[in-house]
Amino acid sequence: MTQILTMVAQRLALGLLTLFVVSLIIFLGVELLPGDLTQAILGQAATEETVAAFRRELKLDLPPHERYVAWLGGILQGDLGHSLANKRAITELMGVRLWNTLFLAFISAAVAVPLALGLGILAALYRGTPYDRAVNIVTLSSISFPEFFVAYILILVLAVQLGWFPSISNIGEELGFWERVYRSILPALTLTLVVVAHMMRMTRAAIINLMASPYIEMANLKGLPRVRIIVRHALPNALAPIINVVVINLAYLVVGVVIVEVVFVYPGLGQLLIDAVRTRDIPVVQATGLFFAAAYILLNLTADVLSILTNPRLLHPR
Amino acid sequence: MTIEQELKTLASRRGITRRGFMERALALGATTALATTLADRAFAMPKRGGRFRLGLGHGSTTDSLDPATFEQLYMQVVGSAARNNLMEVGQNGDLIPELAEGFDVSDDAKSWKFDLRRGVEFHNGKTLDSNDVVASINHHRGADSKSAAKSLLDAIVDLKADGKNAVTIALKEGNADFPFILSDYHVAIMPANGDAVDWESGVGTGAYVLERYEPGVRTTFKRNPNYFKTGYGHFDEVEVITIADVAARTNALTTGEIDAMDRVDLKTAHLLKRREGIKIAETSGTQHYTFTMRTDTPPFDDNDVRLALKYAIDREAILKTILRGHGALGNDHPIGLSNRYHASGLPQRAYDPDKARHHLKKAGAEGLTIDLSAADAAFAGAVDAAVLYKEHAAKAGIDINVVREPDDGYWANVWMKKPYCAVYWGGRPTEDWMFSTAYSADASWNDTFWKHDRFNELLLAARAELDEKKRRGMYEEMQAIVRDDGGVLIPMFANYVMGLSDKIGHGQMAANWSMDGFKCTERWWFA
Amino acid sequence: MQDALRLLGNSPWSARLGMLVVLFYVVVAIFAPVLTPYGESEIVAAEYEPWSSEFLLGTDNLGRDMLTRLIYGARNTIGIALITTVLAFLIGCVAGFLAATLGGWADQAIGRVVDVLMAIPQLIFALLILTIVGTAIPILVVVIAVLDSTRVFRLSRAVAMNIVVMDYVEVARLRGEGLWWIMRREVLPNALPPLVAEFGLRFCFVFLLLSALSFLGLGIQPPTADWGSMVRDNATLITFGDFTPILPAASIALLTVGVNFIVDWFLHQTAGLKDE
Repeated sequence: MTQILTMVAQRLALGLLTLFVVSLIIFLGVELLPGDLTQAILGQAATEETVAAFRRELKLDLPPHERYVAWLGGILQGDLGHSLANKRAITELMGVRLWNTLFLAFISAAVAVPLALGLGILAALYRGTPYDRAVNIVTLSSISFPEFFVAYILILVLAVQLGWFPSISNIGEELGFWERVYRSILPALTLTLVVVAHMMRMTRAAIINLMASPYIEMANLKGLPRVRIIVRHALPNALAPIINVVVINLAYLVVGVVIVEVVFVYPGLGQLLIDAVRTRDIPVVQATGLFFAAAYILLNLTADVLSILTNPRLLHPR
Repeated sequence: MTIEQELKTLASRRGITRRGFMERALALGATTALATTLADRAFAMPKRGGRFRLGLGHGSTTDSLDPATFEQLYMQVVGSAARNNLMEVGQNGDLIPELAEGFDVSDDAKSWKFDLRRGVEFHNGKTLDSNDVVASINHHRGADSKSAAKSLLDAIVDLKADGKNAVTIALKEGNADFPFILSDYHVAIMPANGDAVDWESGVGTGAYVLERYEPGVRTTFKRNPNYFKTGYGHFDEVEVITIADVAARTNALTTGEIDAMDRVDLKTAHLLKRREGIKIAETSGTQHYTFTMRTDTPPFDDNDVRLALKYAIDREAILKTILRGHGALGNDHPIGLSNRYHASGLPQRAYDPDKARHHLKKAGAEGLTIDLSAADAAFAGAVDAAVLYKEHAAKAGIDINVVREPDDGYWANVWMKKPYCAVYWGGRPTEDWMFSTAYSADASWNDTFWKHDRFNELLLAARAELDEKKRRGMYEEMQAIVRDDGGVLIPMFANYVMGLSDKIGHGQMAANWSMDGFKCTERWWFA
Repeated sequence: MQDALRLLGNSPWSARLGMLVVLFYVVVAIFAPVLTPYGESEIVAAEYEPWSSEFLLGTDNLGRDMLTRLIYGARNTIGIALITTVLAFLIGCVAGFLAATLGGWADQAIGRVVDVLMAIPQLIFALLILTIVGTAIPILVVVIAVLDSTRVFRLSRAVAMNIVVMDYVEVARLRGEGLWWIMRREVLPNALPPLVAEFGLRFCFVFLLLSALSFLGLGIQPPTADWGSMVRDNATLITFGDFTPILPAASIALLTVGVNFIVDWFLHQTAGLKDE
């Protein structure tokens, strides 16, 4: 157990280092983007004079390294700073959206993960049967359609024609929990369709892969029923790769849903990040980017710890 | 056509009265109930009440309530709901006083005095006075101003409060159209806070009191019970929602999630119109799309090359394909049909590959190959328009290479940088304003980098000219000069096309800007 | 060769279907100029013509022949996606195998770089880079390949980790075989099945990323036909129950299913061979 804790500590330290590098890359990336915030905001209305005045006001006329150091100093004191574009505190800008993003990820995962595991196990169980192939075709097709396309189809059928769900989420703080769930169903369903196939295929593959190993053969020879073999003997050992894929997809649900947010007008972090990149609002890009990076690192760590717990051999790779 | 549809067409006909409508309707065999309902909808006086939900394609999380930074429809509509200007462009296009009661002007059109309306209250209870007006205008002036309206107000040399209820303005040179400038959406009146203004709170004198503002998501308002205008501001509540994706906006309107939307997808406008409970509203104003050449950069420094390019585009086809007919042909000058001094006598430039070849030959530029930069950020359909243009120009022996630029950063990196690119102009209510914004030699947005002596002389002369006829002559000559020598190719003027629930009532729609001149929230109602 | 033919003879219907589909796409892509009635970006009629004998699948939003665009789309899209995926696997596998075989600091160094790359959301990263350097096709290919290779790296490293501890690899090391030899002769063949399985999925993720980019206004330059932007350009039609945009999307789906059928069969074969 202490070994796991040491590993976690090490990984967290490395994670901090990663975050630092990420912040540096994002900063440089936004700096390298042609144009800056003042031009982006003033748009067609940008003239040399107004741009210069705007830059002075926002301290954008300082050299980049000074601004980066100032920002880093703020972060180390726990101050995310203010948006350059509208002077709002970033914690305030991000707060609500952060919860919205996690909420959507959570309800999507709550549907997608059990569904994928179930379908995957069944597919492994009935491998080669028409059921297996049907599930395969359906899930493969669903991931090969672009997200916005899946979303439009769902809207057409479930919102426009059947009128069961609202076509835009339009989530606000004043809504109750179930109203929120109701208004998030279409985006969640879209995301589910997008992520299920990957997880389901990996579950199936991992289990089938194990079916050839001697101890499963042994169980087979003992005459145990296939369901029992799969659930009791194969699944636990197949968990490591499955957990990995599940976590990759969870990370995707948190960080990669910009397009679903746009289509369903769901006020999440992805849209904030894109907007901030477009207006070159560096502090907002940084804060959001760091949150995404941190989420990714933590999820990964969780996956590794869980994998080790299911299969302690992984702690000693050599 | 069902009876109901027939009646709707009838009701929308000009000049028909309620009584006439009822008679015709009953004669056509409609039930009294149906006829009454339809008549109520079509002829009802504005009614109070309801929550108006408006979905707009703009709006970003980085928006701010500072009018100095306003540049897109979302903030323009939000700003117009909460605030007023000294002057206003009315629904029929006339300039009328808003927070001003009226104005006096000297004979040389240099000194102006605006009297303020008395007893107007801001949402926070403060009474409007001349300090607020001075601070609000000064917000855009001065060396530290970052305002988009700065160059617009550069002409002001002196601005003073004249007692509590009047302001005086002195201009560098005479400008007969100056009051128009005070109707510009940037120059909204906000409460003064010392010498500065308080824009952060969103407090204004407007028909709606700002309740919640979530940039890039939505803004909600409550009706201002003390609104100084009578007969405006009918909704109890207003919600303005950002819905960037046009398909999402359309779906929201069809499913009744919103009551109105801007920028209908023109490809599917005819389908949307057929949907039950939805109508399409359209205004044609000064909005135009351009392909802009830098006249200081070869090969565009040769007017024959410019003319060749102007003849090499099939405007009819572009208007039909890109705007699906929702617009008017452009004639390579920026003055639209709705402008006062539109030169209707100028012949319409047509697609003529032979003339284009002739001019190319004259310029010694046969086999011309050029890059044309476009992005949908320039205007919706810009990339498609460029692709069509490429096909047209090929017939004139010009090879256009369409470069799709990223939407992101288009105005900073492409516009006024690349030698040939697609641009969108909202247009301006007056000729002087339009020309001095983008065509005079010293204009900061002279995006064609065009310097024409005669044109610039005329611009100054026309500005202070009070003789209507002479003025018209000058503006017409200027339009001809831009058309035949300028660096701008204007294939079309684009209508503002909006989708409305048929529960929405409205009067004549102002054509100066989209959404009833940004003022849909105070001008529309639920019928 | 004969083995291969025999294998083919024993293949299940799904694999045959998959191969048929892939073969069909390849032929269509290669012979696009011969097969198409019109030019790639030629405007031949009014917009949105219905299906007719003249325009088999109607015309698109600018009046270009839909069938022609679809066929050229096959050429451009498959070509780009294939090159990108291959490049991603090349980078990812080499890095992954290196990390696993060398271990120690090399593993750490590569691993941390990949961590950083993966920690930044893919779409945002692509948006940043493509805005900075432009969206010419070679750049698009390299950017997506590099971003995708991080995912391949993780998989190939994980798989290779299990292989390099095997006795036969130890033996090869002791024999004094070089790094490259071990990676190529020992690690690669044994790591192939999961990598191939991943290839099938990654291939279609590239399509998706391309179309997501075109949703954000980046992506392939017009008037080049690619399926991703074709779906996007006509997407609003879906709202009105017009299914023209389904055609390019369905083309992507069919290819994905086809490729994955072959992959499944391949996996079955390798797993089956191990059984014996």
